[in-house]
Amino acid sequence: MIVGHIIMLLGAVFMLLAAVGSVRMPDLMTRMHSTTKAGAFGAGMMLIGVTLEFSALDIQVRAIAILLFILLTTPVAAHAIGHAGYLSGAKMWEGTLKDELKDQLGAHPPSDAAAADATPSRPASEDFPTAR
Amino acid sequence: MNAIVATVIFGLLLLALMLSSLRLVIGPSAADRVVALEVIASIMIGMLATYAVFYRVPQALDVAMVLALTGFLAAIGVSRYLVQRVVQGEREAADKEKK
Repeated sequence: MIVGHIIMLLGAVFMLLAAVGSVRMPDLMTRMHSTTKAGAFGAGMMLIGVTLEFSALDIQVRAIAILLFILLTTPVAAHAIGHAGYLSGAKMWEGTLKDELKDQLGAHPPSDAAAADATPSRPASEDFPTAR
Repeated sequence: MNAIVATVIFGLLLLALMLSSLRLVIGPSAADRVVALEVIASIMIGMLATYAVFYRVPQALDVAMVLALTGFLAAIGVSRYLVQRVVQGEREAADKEKK
């Protein structure tokens, strides 16, 4: 009982931290860093609290299923959003040290690259395999 | 005891909801807004879990499951739309250069 309450409280604190990070962080990537990890961890802790609070097996199984679903889908969604945000030209923080995708793509805002380079070295359809 | 814990958890989650709504309003790019929406979805999952525990309504967990699913699908859909828009803009720019 008391353990479940404490775990649910900790999960709520982690969710609050995720929201604070999404407001305070300087750019999209650092915001996603805070929201995906702390947010998923907070939601997972609250669902573990649910399994401790209820004694019926079907409810526990349901809560664990939601937890597994969150743990599976959060990284996928974060990957997709990060890719889309980078390609649509979200500004990076000036303290960013490493930008490996920039070296691969050629230039940061892809629209600039297309405008400057009349004959792109690669057909646009093969650029982004996720955009099929 | 139960009522105090429930109130504290709901207060924390409400504060988180307000902060991420702020990011939803001011977020400079569309991707920032999608991130804020995803945080809001997971906060709502937490609120439904709290409701299920402290008001003894386990049916709320079904709603949380559906909310997790729709949040994921919305994030994937919007990010695909953003990438598609960039690809289309690039293609149009290349066509213009050819002409």
